[in-house]
Amino acid sequence: MLKKLTAALLASTLMTGAAWAEKTITAVMHSGLRVLDPIMTTAHITRNHAYMIYDVLLAQDSNFEPQPQMADWEISEDKKTYVFTLRDGLKFHDGAPVTAADAVASLNRWAQNDTGGQVIMDRTESLEATDDKTITWTLKEPFAPMLTVLSKQSAIPPFIMPARVAEQPADETVTDYTGSGPFIFAEEEFQPGVSVTYRKNPDYVPRDEPADGMAGGKVVNVDAVKWVTMGDIQTAVNAILSGEIDYIEVLQVDLLPLLEGDPNLTVEVREPVGYQTMARLNFLHPPFDDQKIRQAALYAISQEPVLAAMAGNPEYYTICGAILGCGAPLESPTGAETLVEGNGIDKAKELLEEAGYDGTPVVLMAPTDVVTLAAQPVVVAQQLRDAGFNVDMQQMDWQTLVTRRASQSAPADGGWNIFITNWLVPEISDPISNPMLNGSGDDAWFGWPTDEKIEELKAEFIAAEGDEAQKEAGEKIQQHAIDNVLLIPLGQYGFPQARRNTITDMIPSPVPVFWNMNKAD
Amino acid sequence: MFGYILRRILAVIPVMLLVAVFVFLLLRLTPGDPAAILAGDMTTPAKLENIREAMGLNEPLHIQFAKWIGQLARGDLGTSLISSTPVSSMIASRIGPTLSIGVLTILMSVALAIPMGVLAAWKHRKGADYVVMTFSVLGFSVPVFVTGYIFILIFSLKLNWFPVQGYAPLSQGLGAFMTHAFLPALTLTTIYVALIARMTRANMLEVLGEDYIRTARAKGASERRVLFRHALKNAAVPILTVIGTGFALLIGGVVVTETVFNIPGIGRLTVDAILARDYPVIQAMILLTSFLYVLVNLVIDLSYTFFDPRIRY
Repeated sequence: MLKKLTAALLASTLMTGAAWAEKTITAVMHSGLRVLDPIMTTAHITRNHAYMIYDVLLAQDSNFEPQPQMADWEISEDKKTYVFTLRDGLKFHDGAPVTAADAVASLNRWAQNDTGGQVIMDRTESLEATDDKTITWTLKEPFAPMLTVLSKQSAIPPFIMPARVAEQPADETVTDYTGSGPFIFAEEEFQPGVSVTYRKNPDYVPRDEPADGMAGGKVVNVDAVKWVTMGDIQTAVNAILSGEIDYIEVLQVDLLPLLEGDPNLTVEVREPVGYQTMARLNFLHPPFDDQKIRQAALYAISQEPVLAAMAGNPEYYTICGAILGCGAPLESPTGAETLVEGNGIDKAKELLEEAGYDGTPVVLMAPTDVVTLAAQPVVVAQQLRDAGFNVDMQQMDWQTLVTRRASQSAPADGGWNIFITNWLVPEISDPISNPMLNGSGDDAWFGWPTDEKIEELKAEFIAAEGDEAQKEAGEKIQQHAIDNVLLIPLGQYGFPQARRNTITDMIPSPVPVFWNMNKAD
Repeated sequence: MFGYILRRILAVIPVMLLVAVFVFLLLRLTPGDPAAILAGDMTTPAKLENIREAMGLNEPLHIQFAKWIGQLARGDLGTSLISSTPVSSMIASRIGPTLSIGVLTILMSVALAIPMGVLAAWKHRKGADYVVMTFSVLGFSVPVFVTGYIFILIFSLKLNWFPVQGYAPLSQGLGAFMTHAFLPALTLTTIYVALIARMTRANMLEVLGEDYIRTARAKGASERRVLFRHALKNAAVPILTVIGTGFALLIGGVVVTETVFNIPGIGRLTVDAILARDYPVIQAMILLTSFLYVLVNLVIDLSYTFFDPRIRY
């Protein structure tokens, strides 16, 4: 009887499975998708969603080099006019052709929310659709990183939407999800925070070049991709072991032993450069309104114990003092030697004494509910205490932290002195878009440094032409950012992912993309 | 009777209003900012301010409250601040799994616990009693996430009888529904069996000492008739109360089970909304849970009349 019942139940399960698309990749991503407007938010899951359904004019290859995606370009001799020409065959999911007017409206909306976009707009003479396929962007002065900013991979890439959607203000979320990307968003199946399904766009015409980084041909080899949110990573591990899902984007290192012995699974680090974890100090209030005390904090910290507490296994972290990221084009170790070698504590004590630190408490905000941010504050707090700081580590959930970090009040009145967060390296590898390198006081990123020198150095970087000149300008920025302690880099890490061996041809890109990928029967 | 039901239903309105005021104020006093969640890490204070303005979060509290109550009066639960989805459709898509698992849990619990409780009382201080009580203590003491993972390990990963996660609605067929719902319901059943069996045993023991039971036995009634017709029916009222409040608790408290088995229910919806400070969703969920409590209590009160004809409304 039991056997019959089991057989009947199993049969019905199989039938349910068969009702899905023929070739569906089921993936558990790092978080649930809730916000669908990629210009409104910098959340990575929304960016990933956007890469599924939208396309971009330019994209970076695996060497961070801008390549044509929807458009080719020509630059005038005076380097002030960029003419982009849309390639043939571009269509939105509703069948309408993608026009230059759509691209112009999308670029205008993007520039309202993106730091790099704002910098370009400040230098823009005109941005217009000269015909259906041609976008002419004229600048008041040459801007060397123009193509790098327009091809940025993350936070926030300029995704192209229909003009009717992009004409909406950038602080109101879009509700029309028509894109022209390789996948179509199945709106009727979307459950915020639970699951989202994308179907292959049959009308998408990929480029001829092979996929490379975020650039090249976006060839879709499956009928559908379904992202399922699982509240507990252990459930996801069980599901991939039993074959119910195909892919887990982010795995906790302590769960790896459960998967590593399974011959049907591959555990690997997908993308080559990973994330930077870093500390940000508040320049408005004592003690970190004093440069010497900020420097003391930097000298007090050693990256190795911080990374060990966070990622555990050295295979998954890299000690790195480069504020613009190790593995990125402008990588430089200058000035961060003590962070890397962990031998700055005596210098930290000396600086504290010189500055006459009076024991003002340092309010360190420590989120307890985000796995990738929970360990660092504990170690950093202890390292600061060892150097002589009076640290008041306050534990809270991430939501409370993001609300509180926006407060400019004194730490005793609900403000703060220090917090830690993480960035995907391509988000911080460009000095123009790196939020920590904004020195415009109240208009700067949380921490609000007023730093004219960094603005001058960024202007030098913008004017620098050629790789060598840019590298040199980047080096100066590194030196100054460390000297003024615009941030304290705590190192880099990459989380392992797991896939069933039936999943093949994944592109090793910083953003998890599902084109090119295939699934064996 | 009808007048009583009407009065009870009308009494819900002031209760819900009180809950609404309390929840609204509590949420506004809790630190957190939905605009910050929406904007992500790379935002600036100026951009946050623009988003808050667009969301209507900068309006005075009494205006925000009046707008919300006005919406509620029109039957509109509002729109999620984070996903821009109507709250009513979010709840509609998530309540089915929770209710289904809840009902299945209660059915399985009652089917197991009542006979177990009766048996334990009948065999008081004998082997069967000790076995039932040991199981009850275990069922009550082991956290559901431990029980859940043990069941997954045995029944899903080792025996391959059930999927390890997910939910299939009844519309996909009874078989698909049961394969997905059985393990979560079984996990929750371990707790509710313990609760209901202990309550049944205690009340049966009390009733079995009554004179009318001795009378029934003296006039030659069979032991089965004595236990189920005379004793159990008279012990039923407190047991019903436990079952009813247990069901209401289940609806609001299955978040751990929903997480372990990846069931898209209202428990996870509420927790996610709290973490994102998605005010309209949290407010609607608390109102709904309060309403369910009131409703379940009403149904229990009415069902007393069936078991105890002396009770009249």
